Amino acid sequence: MKQVQFTMSRWMQDSGPESEIAISTRVRAARNMKGFTFPCLAADHETEAVISKVSSVAAGIKEFSHFNYWPIDTLTELEKNALVEKHLISPLLASESKHGALLLRSDEALSIMINEEDHLRIQAILPGLQLEEAWSEASCYDDLLENELDFAFDDHCGYLTACPTNIGTGLRASVMLHLPALIMTRQINRLLGALSQVGLAVRGLYGEGTEIIGNLVQVSNQVTLGHSEEEIISNLFGIIRQVIEQEQSARQMLLDKQRAGLADKAWRALGLLKNAQLISSQEAIQLLSDLRLGYDLGLIKGINHQLLNELLVLIRPACLQLLAGRELSESERDIERPVQIKKALERHDDLD
Amino acid sequence: MFCEECRQKEATIHIVKQMDGKQTEMNLCEQCARKKEELEVSFEPQFSLHKLFASMLNQSLHDSRRAQQAVDTQCPSCGLTFSQFSQIGRLGCSDCFKAFEEQLKPLLRRIHAGCAHTGKVPLKIRGRVKAVREIDQLKEEIQVKINTEEFEKAAVLRDRIRALEEDIQQVEADGGEKN
Repeated sequence: MKQVQFTMSRWMQDSGPESEIAISTRVRAARNMKGFTFPCLAADHETEAVISKVSSVAAGIKEFSHFNYWPIDTLTELEKNALVEKHLISPLLASESKHGALLLRSDEALSIMINEEDHLRIQAILPGLQLEEAWSEASCYDDLLENELDFAFDDHCGYLTACPTNIGTGLRASVMLHLPALIMTRQINRLLGALSQVGLAVRGLYGEGTEIIGNLVQVSNQVTLGHSEEEIISNLFGIIRQVIEQEQSARQMLLDKQRAGLADKAWRALGLLKNAQLISSQEAIQLLSDLRLGYDLGLIKGINHQLLNELLVLIRPACLQLLAGRELSESERDIERPVQIKKALERHDDLD
Repeated sequence: MFCEECRQKEATIHIVKQMDGKQTEMNLCEQCARKKEELEVSFEPQFSLHKLFASMLNQSLHDSRRAQQAVDTQCPSCGLTFSQFSQIGRLGCSDCFKAFEEQLKPLLRRIHAGCAHTGKVPLKIRGRVKAVREIDQLKEEIQVKINTEEFEKAAVLRDRIRALEEDIQQVEADGGEKN
Protein backbone atom coordinates (compact mmCIF):
# COMPACT_ATOMS: atom_id res chain seq x y z
CA MET A 1 0.00 0.00 0.00
CA LYS A 2 1.09 3.53 -0.79
CA GLN A 3 2.49 5.46 2.16
CA VAL A 4 1.14 8.83 3.20
CA GLN A 5 3.68 11.41 2.14
CA PHE A 6 4.07 15.10 2.68
CA THR A 7 2.59 16.46 -0.51
CA MET A 8 1.22 19.86 -1.41
CA SER A 9 -2.58 19.95 -1.38
CA ARG A 10 -4.26 21.93 -4.14
CA TRP A 11 -5.26 24.69 -1.70
CA MET A 12 -1.59 25.15 -0.80
CA GLN A 13 -0.40 25.37 -4.42
CA ASP A 14 -3.03 27.39 -6.20
CA SER A 15 -4.23 30.79 -5.26
CA GLY A 16 -7.93 31.52 -5.06
CA PRO A 17 -10.12 34.63 -4.84
CA GLU A 18 -9.44 36.86 -1.81
CA SER A 19 -6.40 34.76 -0.96
CA GLU A 20 -4.67 37.64 0.81
CA ILE A 21 -7.20 37.13 3.64
CA ALA A 22 -9.13 33.91 2.96
CA ILE A 23 -6.60 31.09 3.07
CA SER A 24 -8.83 28.14 2.28
CA THR A 25 -12.47 27.07 2.01
CA ARG A 26 -13.76 23.72 3.25
CA VAL A 27 -17.21 22.26 2.64
CA ARG A 28 -18.39 18.87 3.84
CA ALA A 29 -21.59 16.90 3.46
CA ALA A 30 -22.58 14.20 5.99
CA ARG A 31 -24.33 11.15 4.55
CA ASN A 32 -25.51 7.82 5.97
CA MET A 33 -26.56 4.61 4.34
CA LYS A 34 -30.11 3.41 4.76
CA GLY A 35 -30.43 0.15 6.69
CA PHE A 36 -27.03 0.35 8.40
CA THR A 37 -26.53 1.31 12.05
CA PHE A 38 -24.60 4.57 12.43
CA PRO A 39 -20.90 4.07 13.25
CA CYS A 40 -21.11 4.98 16.96
CA LEU A 41 -23.49 2.08 17.71
CA ALA A 42 -22.58 -0.28 14.88
CA ALA A 43 -21.14 -3.74 15.51
CA ASP A 44 -17.84 -4.64 13.83
CA HIS A 45 -19.47 -6.62 11.04
CA GLU A 46 -21.69 -3.63 10.17
CA THR A 47 -18.87 -1.09 9.98
CA GLU A 48 -16.94 -3.61 7.87
CA ALA A 49 -19.96 -4.03 5.60
CA VAL A 50 -20.17 -0.24 5.10
CA ILE A 51 -16.47 -0.05 4.25
CA SER A 52 -16.62 -2.87 1.74
CA LYS A 53 -19.78 -1.54 0.14
CA VAL A 54 -18.45 2.01 -0.26
CA SER A 55 -15.00 0.95 -1.43
CA SER A 56 -16.39 -1.47 -4.00
CA VAL A 57 -18.84 1.15 -5.28
CA ALA A 58 -16.04 3.73 -5.57
CA ALA A 59 -13.82 1.22 -7.36
CA GLY A 60 -16.47 0.95 -10.08
CA ILE A 61 -16.81 4.71 -10.71
CA LYS A 62 -14.32 6.22 -13.16
CA GLU A 63 -14.16 9.56 -11.30
CA PHE A 64 -12.63 7.67 -8.35
CA SER A 65 -9.69 6.37 -10.36
CA HIS A 66 -7.47 9.24 -9.11
CA PHE A 67 -8.19 8.42 -5.48
CA ASN A 68 -6.02 6.70 -2.91
CA TYR A 69 -7.77 4.44 -0.44
CA TRP A 70 -6.47 4.01 3.11
CA PRO A 71 -8.09 1.96 5.86
CA ILE A 72 -7.24 4.02 8.95
CA ASP A 73 -5.87 1.08 10.95
CA THR A 74 -3.19 0.51 8.30
CA LEU A 75 -1.73 3.98 8.94
CA THR A 76 0.94 4.82 11.51
CA GLU A 77 0.15 7.36 14.25
CA LEU A 78 2.40 9.80 12.43
CA GLU A 79 0.57 9.40 9.12
CA LYS A 80 -2.82 9.78 10.79
CA ASN A 81 -1.72 12.90 12.64
CA ALA A 82 -0.28 14.43 9.47
CA LEU A 83 -3.63 13.91 7.73
CA VAL A 84 -5.37 15.57 10.68
CA GLU A 85 -2.97 18.52 10.52
CA LYS A 86 -3.80 18.94 6.84
CA HIS A 87 -7.53 18.83 7.68
CA LEU A 88 -7.97 15.80 5.41
CA ILE A 89 -9.35 13.64 8.20
CA SER A 90 -10.85 14.55 11.56
CA PRO A 91 -9.26 13.79 14.94
CA LEU A 92 -12.28 11.54 15.57
CA LEU A 93 -11.55 9.36 12.54
CA ALA A 94 -7.85 9.22 13.44
CA SER A 95 -8.34 8.17 17.03
CA GLU A 96 -11.71 6.60 17.67
CA SER A 97 -13.23 5.20 14.54
CA LYS A 98 -13.76 1.46 14.21
CA HIS A 99 -12.95 0.40 10.66
CA GLY A 100 -12.59 3.95 9.45
CA ALA A 101 -11.17 4.64 6.01
CA LEU A 102 -10.16 7.54 3.80
CA LEU A 103 -10.66 8.04 0.09
CA LEU A 104 -8.38 10.87 -1.00
CA ARG A 105 -8.15 12.39 -4.46
CA SER A 106 -4.58 12.84 -5.69
CA ASP A 107 -4.82 16.66 -5.55
CA GLU A 108 -6.07 16.39 -1.93
CA ALA A 109 -8.92 18.78 -2.73
CA LEU A 110 -11.53 16.06 -2.25
CA SER A 111 -11.60 13.57 0.59
CA ILE A 112 -14.20 11.11 1.79
CA MET A 113 -14.10 9.81 5.34
CA ILE A 114 -15.84 6.48 5.87
CA ASN A 115 -17.22 5.48 9.28
CA GLU A 116 -16.47 8.74 11.02
CA GLU A 117 -19.43 9.99 13.08
CA ASP A 118 -21.54 9.36 9.97
CA HIS A 119 -21.00 6.64 7.37
CA LEU A 120 -19.71 9.19 4.87
CA ARG A 121 -18.26 12.66 5.15
CA ILE A 122 -17.60 14.09 1.70
CA GLN A 123 -15.25 17.06 1.91
CA ALA A 124 -13.83 19.55 -0.58
CA ILE A 125 -11.00 21.99 0.26
CA LEU A 126 -10.12 24.76 -2.16
CA PRO A 127 -7.77 27.77 -1.96
CA GLY A 128 -9.12 31.22 -1.11
CA LEU A 129 -12.81 32.02 -0.77
CA GLN A 130 -14.62 29.51 -3.01
CA LEU A 131 -17.72 28.37 -1.17
CA GLU A 132 -19.90 27.73 -4.19
CA GLU A 133 -17.14 25.91 -6.02
CA ALA A 134 -16.32 23.73 -3.00
CA TRP A 135 -19.99 22.83 -2.50
CA SER A 136 -20.43 21.97 -6.15
CA GLU A 137 -17.32 19.77 -6.00
CA ALA A 138 -18.59 17.91 -2.90
CA SER A 139 -22.11 17.69 -4.32
CA CYS A 140 -20.82 16.11 -7.52
CA TYR A 141 -19.19 13.23 -5.57
CA ASP A 142 -22.34 12.99 -3.44
CA ASP A 143 -24.34 12.43 -6.66
CA LEU A 144 -21.89 9.82 -7.94
CA LEU A 145 -22.14 7.81 -4.72
CA GLU A 146 -25.87 8.33 -4.32
CA ASN A 147 -26.38 6.80 -7.72
CA GLU A 148 -25.10 3.49 -6.33
CA LEU A 149 -25.99 3.73 -2.61
CA ASP A 150 -29.27 4.41 -0.78
CA PHE A 151 -28.77 7.31 1.59
CA ALA A 152 -30.82 7.77 4.76
CA PHE A 153 -33.23 10.59 3.93
CA ASP A 154 -36.46 11.74 5.55
CA ASP A 155 -39.00 13.40 3.23
CA HIS A 156 -39.47 16.28 5.67
CA CYS A 157 -36.18 16.60 7.54
CA GLY A 158 -33.73 15.74 4.78
CA TYR A 159 -30.47 13.80 5.17
CA LEU A 160 -30.38 11.95 8.49
CA THR A 161 -27.19 12.20 10.51
CA ALA A 162 -25.92 10.76 13.78
CA CYS A 163 -25.83 14.17 15.44
CA PRO A 164 -29.02 16.25 15.21
CA THR A 165 -26.88 19.35 14.68
CA ASN A 166 -26.09 18.09 11.16
CA ILE A 167 -29.54 16.92 10.08
CA GLY A 168 -31.12 18.36 6.91
CA THR A 169 -28.42 19.31 4.45
CA GLY A 170 -25.61 17.68 6.46
CA LEU A 171 -23.60 20.66 5.24
CA ARG A 172 -20.79 22.39 7.08
CA ALA A 173 -19.01 25.13 5.16
CA SER A 174 -16.02 26.89 6.68
CA VAL A 175 -13.47 29.46 5.64
CA MET A 176 -10.01 29.91 7.18
CA LEU A 177 -9.30 33.61 7.53
CA HIS A 178 -6.08 35.44 8.34
CA LEU A 179 -7.13 38.46 10.43
CA PRO A 180 -4.00 40.09 11.90
CA ALA A 181 -5.20 43.69 11.53
CA LEU A 182 -8.55 43.09 13.24
CA ILE A 183 -6.69 41.36 16.06
CA MET A 184 -4.01 44.08 16.37
CA THR A 185 -6.61 46.84 16.42
CA ARG A 186 -8.63 44.88 19.01
CA GLN A 187 -11.76 44.82 16.89
CA ILE A 188 -11.82 41.04 16.79
CA ASN A 189 -13.89 40.34 19.90
CA ARG A 190 -16.69 42.58 18.75
CA LEU A 191 -16.62 40.89 15.37
CA LEU A 192 -16.62 37.39 16.84
CA GLY A 193 -19.59 38.31 19.02
CA ALA A 194 -21.47 39.59 15.99
CA LEU A 195 -20.70 36.43 14.00
CA SER A 196 -22.04 34.15 16.71
CA GLN A 197 -25.19 36.26 16.89
CA VAL A 198 -25.92 35.55 13.24
CA GLY A 199 -25.57 31.83 13.85
CA LEU A 200 -22.00 31.28 12.70
CA ALA A 201 -19.37 29.36 14.64
CA VAL A 202 -15.86 30.77 15.07
CA ARG A 203 -12.93 28.58 15.98
CA GLY A 204 -9.14 28.59 16.09
CA LEU A 205 -6.82 26.83 13.67
CA TYR A 206 -7.23 23.38 15.22
CA GLY A 207 -11.01 23.39 15.49
CA GLU A 208 -13.58 23.57 18.25
CA GLY A 209 -12.45 24.85 21.60
CA THR A 210 -9.03 26.00 20.45
CA GLU A 211 -7.66 29.48 20.89
CA ILE A 212 -6.75 31.72 18.01
CA ILE A 213 -3.09 31.28 17.07
CA GLY A 214 -1.24 32.88 14.19
CA ASN A 215 -4.21 35.25 13.71
CA LEU A 216 -6.06 32.39 11.97
CA VAL A 217 -9.79 32.07 12.46
CA GLN A 218 -12.23 29.52 10.99
CA VAL A 219 -15.77 30.73 10.41
CA SER A 220 -18.53 28.20 9.65
CA ASN A 221 -22.30 27.76 9.51
CA GLN A 222 -24.14 25.99 12.31
CA VAL A 223 -27.65 25.71 10.94
CA THR A 224 -28.08 22.74 8.59
CA LEU A 225 -31.87 22.39 8.52
CA GLY A 226 -34.44 24.87 7.20
CA HIS A 227 -32.10 26.57 4.74
CA SER A 228 -31.07 25.07 1.41
CA GLU A 229 -27.39 24.48 0.62
CA GLU A 230 -27.39 27.52 -1.65
CA GLU A 231 -28.86 29.69 1.12
CA ILE A 232 -26.32 28.45 3.67
CA ILE A 233 -23.48 29.11 1.23
CA SER A 234 -24.64 32.55 0.12
CA ASN A 235 -25.38 33.64 3.69
CA LEU A 236 -21.89 32.60 4.80
CA PHE A 237 -20.34 34.17 1.70
CA GLY A 238 -22.03 37.52 2.37
CA ILE A 239 -20.79 37.65 5.94
CA ILE A 240 -17.27 36.50 5.09
CA ARG A 241 -17.13 39.26 2.44
CA GLN A 242 -17.93 41.80 5.13
CA VAL A 243 -15.28 40.40 7.48
CA ILE A 244 -12.77 40.62 4.62
CA GLU A 245 -13.70 44.26 3.99
CA GLN A 246 -13.26 45.09 7.66
CA GLU A 247 -9.88 43.39 7.74
CA GLN A 248 -8.89 45.30 4.58
CA SER A 249 -9.79 48.66 6.06
CA ALA A 250 -8.03 47.82 9.35
CA ARG A 251 -4.94 46.86 7.30
CA GLN A 252 -5.10 50.14 5.40
CA MET A 253 -5.32 52.07 8.65
CA LEU A 254 -2.32 50.22 10.09
CA LEU A 255 -0.40 50.79 6.87
CA ASP A 256 -1.05 54.52 7.03
CA LYS A 257 -0.02 54.81 10.68
CA GLN A 258 2.63 52.14 11.21
CA ARG A 259 4.16 51.36 7.84
CA ALA A 260 7.75 51.15 9.10
CA GLY A 261 6.73 49.09 12.11
CA LEU A 262 4.87 46.52 9.98
CA ALA A 263 7.71 46.27 7.47
CA ASP A 264 10.18 45.78 10.31
CA LYS A 265 8.02 43.04 11.81
CA ALA A 266 7.80 41.19 8.48
CA TRP A 267 11.54 41.42 7.76
CA ARG A 268 12.39 40.36 11.32
CA ALA A 269 10.06 37.38 10.91
CA LEU A 270 11.86 36.39 7.71
CA GLY A 271 15.21 36.85 9.42
CA LEU A 272 14.21 34.58 12.29
CA LEU A 273 12.71 31.95 10.00
CA LYS A 274 15.94 31.91 7.98
CA ASN A 275 18.42 32.00 10.84
CA ALA A 276 16.95 30.70 14.07
CA GLN A 277 18.27 27.36 15.30
CA LEU A 278 15.31 26.43 17.50
CA ILE A 279 11.69 27.24 16.64
CA SER A 280 8.53 26.00 18.35
CA SER A 281 5.43 25.55 16.22
CA GLN A 282 3.66 28.36 18.11
CA GLU A 283 6.50 30.76 17.33
CA ALA A 284 6.63 29.63 13.71
CA ILE A 285 2.90 30.19 13.21
CA GLN A 286 3.20 33.72 14.64
CA LEU A 287 6.24 34.53 12.48
CA LEU A 288 4.44 33.25 9.38
CA SER A 289 1.50 35.50 10.19
CA ASP A 290 3.80 38.55 10.43
CA LEU A 291 5.48 37.58 7.18
CA ARG A 292 2.18 37.00 5.37
CA LEU A 293 0.84 40.37 6.47
CA GLY A 294 4.03 42.10 5.28
CA TYR A 295 3.78 40.35 1.92
CA ASP A 296 0.07 41.10 1.48
CA LEU A 297 0.72 44.78 2.24
CA GLY A 298 3.51 44.92 -0.34
CA LEU A 299 6.18 45.57 2.31
CA ILE A 300 8.25 42.50 1.56
CA LYS A 301 9.05 40.82 -1.74
CA GLY A 302 10.54 37.54 -2.90
CA ILE A 303 7.95 35.24 -1.32
CA ASN A 304 4.43 34.18 -2.29
CA HIS A 305 1.30 32.55 -0.88
CA GLN A 306 2.31 29.11 -2.10
CA LEU A 307 5.46 29.25 0.02
CA LEU A 308 3.60 30.69 3.01
CA ASN A 309 0.95 27.94 2.79
CA GLU A 310 3.58 25.24 2.50
CA LEU A 311 5.38 26.60 5.55
CA LEU A 312 2.15 26.89 7.52
CA VAL A 313 1.59 23.15 7.10
CA LEU A 314 5.12 21.76 7.28
CA ILE A 315 5.86 23.32 10.68
CA ARG A 316 3.14 21.24 12.35
CA PRO A 317 4.47 18.36 14.47
CA ALA A 318 3.40 15.30 12.42
CA CYS A 319 3.96 16.89 8.98
CA LEU A 320 7.43 17.95 10.11
CA GLN A 321 8.29 14.37 11.11
CA LEU A 322 6.88 12.98 7.88
CA LEU A 323 9.07 15.39 5.95
CA ALA A 324 12.13 14.58 8.05
CA GLY A 325 11.42 10.90 7.43
CA ARG A 326 11.69 9.87 11.09
CA GLU A 327 10.03 10.22 14.46
CA LEU A 328 11.24 13.14 16.55
CA SER A 329 10.75 14.11 20.20
CA GLU A 330 9.41 17.56 21.00
CA SER A 331 12.85 19.04 21.53
CA GLU A 332 14.19 17.36 18.37
CA ARG A 333 11.30 18.86 16.42
CA ASP A 334 12.29 22.37 17.49
CA ILE A 335 15.72 21.68 15.97
CA GLU A 336 14.32 20.06 12.80
CA ARG A 337 11.69 22.76 12.20
CA PRO A 338 14.12 25.57 11.22
CA VAL A 339 16.02 23.05 9.04
CA GLN A 340 12.89 22.24 7.03
CA ILE A 341 11.83 25.91 6.92
CA LYS A 342 15.23 26.81 5.47
CA LYS A 343 14.98 24.05 2.87
CA ALA A 344 11.55 25.29 1.75
CA LEU A 345 12.84 28.87 1.52
CA GLU A 346 15.83 27.72 -0.56
CA ARG A 347 13.65 25.61 -2.87
CA HIS A 348 11.56 28.70 -3.43
CA ASP A 349 14.61 30.93 -4.11
CA ASP A 350 15.85 28.41 -6.67
CA LEU A 351 12.57 28.63 -8.53
CA ASP A 352 12.72 32.42 -8.74
CA MET B 1 14.48 20.40 39.53
CA PHE B 2 14.92 20.00 35.75
CA CYS B 3 12.05 19.73 33.28
CA GLU B 4 11.08 16.06 32.74
CA GLU B 5 10.66 16.63 29.03
CA CYS B 6 13.74 18.53 27.83
CA ARG B 7 15.93 17.95 30.95
CA GLN B 8 17.62 21.26 30.27
CA LYS B 9 15.54 24.03 31.75
CA GLU B 10 14.22 24.56 35.26
CA ALA B 11 10.80 22.96 35.80
CA THR B 12 8.44 25.72 36.83
CA ILE B 13 5.06 24.14 36.04
CA HIS B 14 3.49 21.21 37.86
CA ILE B 15 0.76 19.42 35.87
CA VAL B 16 -1.64 16.99 37.52
CA LYS B 17 -3.88 15.07 35.15
CA GLN B 18 -6.89 12.93 36.05
CA MET B 19 -7.93 10.53 33.35
CA ASP B 20 -10.06 7.36 33.64
CA GLY B 21 -9.53 7.40 37.40
CA LYS B 22 -5.72 7.49 37.06
CA GLN B 23 -3.65 10.41 38.23
CA THR B 24 -0.41 11.37 36.50
CA GLU B 25 1.94 14.16 37.51
CA MET B 26 4.56 16.03 35.48
CA ASN B 27 7.09 18.75 36.17
CA LEU B 28 7.84 20.80 33.09
CA CYS B 29 9.47 24.04 32.00
CA GLU B 30 7.18 26.70 30.63
CA GLN B 31 8.03 26.01 27.00
CA CYS B 32 7.50 22.25 27.18
CA ALA B 33 4.25 22.72 29.10
CA ARG B 34 2.98 25.02 26.41
CA LYS B 35 3.93 22.55 23.71
CA LYS B 36 2.20 19.74 25.54
CA GLU B 37 -0.90 21.82 25.77
CA GLU B 38 -0.69 22.73 22.09
CA LEU B 39 -0.42 19.07 21.08
CA GLU B 40 -3.26 17.97 23.26
CA VAL B 41 -5.44 20.76 22.07
CA SER B 42 -4.82 19.81 18.46
CA PHE B 43 -5.93 16.23 18.98
CA GLU B 44 -8.71 16.70 21.47
CA PRO B 45 -11.69 14.76 20.17
CA GLN B 46 -14.29 17.13 18.88
CA PHE B 47 -15.87 18.10 22.16
CA SER B 48 -18.87 20.05 22.25
CA LEU B 49 -21.88 20.18 20.07
CA HIS B 50 -22.99 16.73 21.15
CA LYS B 51 -22.54 17.47 24.80
CA LEU B 52 -24.10 20.86 24.45
CA PHE B 53 -26.96 19.35 22.58
CA ALA B 54 -27.41 16.58 25.12
CA SER B 55 -27.62 19.17 27.87
CA MET B 56 -30.23 21.16 25.91
CA LEU B 57 -32.17 17.96 25.56
CA ASN B 58 -32.03 17.23 29.26
CA GLN B 59 -33.16 20.74 29.97
CA SER B 60 -36.07 20.38 27.63
CA LEU B 61 -36.98 16.97 29.05
CA HIS B 62 -36.86 18.43 32.49
CA ASP B 63 -39.37 21.05 31.39
CA SER B 64 -41.63 18.50 29.84
CA ARG B 65 -44.42 16.79 31.69
CA ARG B 66 -44.01 13.87 29.35
CA ALA B 67 -40.45 13.39 30.47
CA GLN B 68 -41.03 9.89 31.80
CA GLN B 69 -42.80 8.75 28.67
CA ALA B 70 -40.12 10.29 26.45
CA VAL B 71 -37.29 8.57 28.28
CA ASP B 72 -38.90 5.19 27.71
CA THR B 73 -39.13 5.42 23.91
CA GLN B 74 -36.90 2.94 22.11
CA CYS B 75 -35.86 2.70 18.47
CA PRO B 76 -37.20 -0.60 17.10
CA SER B 77 -34.27 -1.02 14.68
CA CYS B 78 -31.11 -0.36 16.67
CA GLY B 79 -32.49 -0.50 20.22
CA LEU B 80 -31.24 2.95 21.27
CA THR B 81 -33.47 4.44 23.98
CA PHE B 82 -34.25 8.12 24.17
CA SER B 83 -32.52 8.41 27.53
CA GLN B 84 -29.37 6.88 26.02
CA PHE B 85 -29.63 9.33 23.16
CA SER B 86 -29.88 12.26 25.55
CA GLN B 87 -26.65 11.04 27.19
CA ILE B 88 -24.57 10.56 24.05
CA GLY B 89 -26.29 13.17 21.87
CA ARG B 90 -26.11 10.92 18.80
CA LEU B 91 -28.71 8.82 17.03
CA GLY B 92 -28.04 5.15 16.35
CA CYS B 93 -29.61 4.63 12.92
CA SER B 94 -31.88 6.22 10.35
CA ASP B 95 -34.98 4.81 12.08
CA CYS B 96 -34.17 6.56 15.38
CA PHE B 97 -35.39 9.74 13.80
CA LYS B 98 -38.92 8.40 13.35
CA ALA B 99 -38.88 6.73 16.77
CA PHE B 100 -37.94 9.96 18.59
CA GLU B 101 -39.59 12.37 16.16
CA GLU B 102 -41.95 13.87 18.72
CA GLN B 103 -39.14 14.72 21.14
CA LEU B 104 -36.64 15.70 18.46
CA LYS B 105 -38.75 18.18 16.51
CA PRO B 106 -38.91 20.90 19.19
CA LEU B 107 -35.15 20.60 19.62
CA LEU B 108 -34.46 20.79 15.90
CA ARG B 109 -36.55 23.94 15.84
CA ARG B 110 -34.36 25.43 18.57
CA ILE B 111 -31.02 24.66 16.96
CA HIS B 112 -31.96 25.08 13.30
CA ALA B 113 -34.03 27.37 11.10
CA GLY B 114 -37.22 25.34 11.43
CA CYS B 115 -37.91 21.64 10.89
CA ALA B 116 -38.34 21.39 7.14
CA HIS B 117 -35.50 20.48 4.81
CA THR B 118 -35.63 22.69 1.73
CA GLY B 119 -32.34 21.71 0.12
CA LYS B 120 -30.90 18.91 -1.97
CA VAL B 121 -32.78 15.63 -2.41
CA PRO B 122 -31.26 12.35 -3.68
CA LEU B 123 -32.01 12.09 -7.38
CA LYS B 124 -33.68 8.68 -6.98
CA ILE B 125 -36.46 10.01 -4.76
CA ARG B 126 -36.70 13.55 -6.08
CA GLY B 127 -40.17 12.95 -7.59
CA ARG B 128 -41.64 11.59 -4.38
CA VAL B 129 -40.15 14.30 -2.18
CA LYS B 130 -41.43 16.98 -4.53
CA ALA B 131 -44.93 15.47 -4.25
CA VAL B 132 -44.64 15.26 -0.45
CA ARG B 133 -43.59 18.91 -0.27
CA GLU B 134 -46.51 19.88 -2.50
CA ILE B 135 -48.93 17.91 -0.31
CA ASP B 136 -47.65 19.71 2.80
CA GLN B 137 -48.21 23.03 1.12
CA LEU B 138 -51.70 22.07 -0.12
CA LYS B 139 -52.67 20.98 3.39
CA GLU B 140 -51.79 24.44 4.68
CA GLU B 141 -53.81 26.04 1.88
CA ILE B 142 -56.82 23.82 2.66
CA GLN B 143 -56.75 25.03 6.25
CA VAL B 144 -56.85 28.62 5.00
CA LYS B 145 -59.78 27.85 2.68
CA ILE B 146 -61.68 26.13 5.49
CA ASN B 147 -61.08 29.06 7.81
CA THR B 148 -62.48 31.44 5.19
CA GLU B 149 -65.34 28.98 4.47
CA GLU B 150 -64.35 28.48 0.82
CA PHE B 151 -65.30 24.82 0.96
CA GLU B 152 -65.52 24.21 -2.78
CA LYS B 153 -61.96 25.42 -3.30
CA ALA B 154 -60.88 23.30 -0.33
CA ALA B 155 -62.45 20.25 -1.99
CA VAL B 156 -60.46 20.89 -5.20
CA LEU B 157 -57.24 21.02 -3.16
CA ARG B 158 -58.25 17.83 -1.33
CA ASP B 159 -58.68 16.01 -4.66
CA ARG B 160 -55.28 17.24 -5.79
CA ILE B 161 -53.71 15.85 -2.57
CA ARG B 162 -55.43 12.48 -3.14
CA ALA B 163 -54.12 12.34 -6.69
CA LEU B 164 -50.57 13.09 -5.49
CA GLU B 165 -50.85 10.47 -2.75
CA GLU B 166 -52.01 7.89 -5.26
CA ASP B 167 -49.08 8.74 -7.52
CA ILE B 168 -46.67 8.20 -4.64
CA GLN B 169 -48.25 4.84 -3.77
CA GLN B 170 -48.16 3.79 -7.40
CA VAL B 171 -44.46 4.56 -7.71
CA GLU B 172 -43.74 2.66 -4.49
CA ALA B 173 -45.77 -0.33 -5.69
CA ASP B 174 -43.72 -0.31 -8.90
CA GLY B 175 -40.56 -0.64 -6.87
CA GLY B 176 -39.36 2.96 -6.59
CA GLU B 177 -38.44 5.68 -9.03
CA LYS B 178 -36.32 5.06 -12.05
CA ASN B 179 -33.36 7.28 -12.77
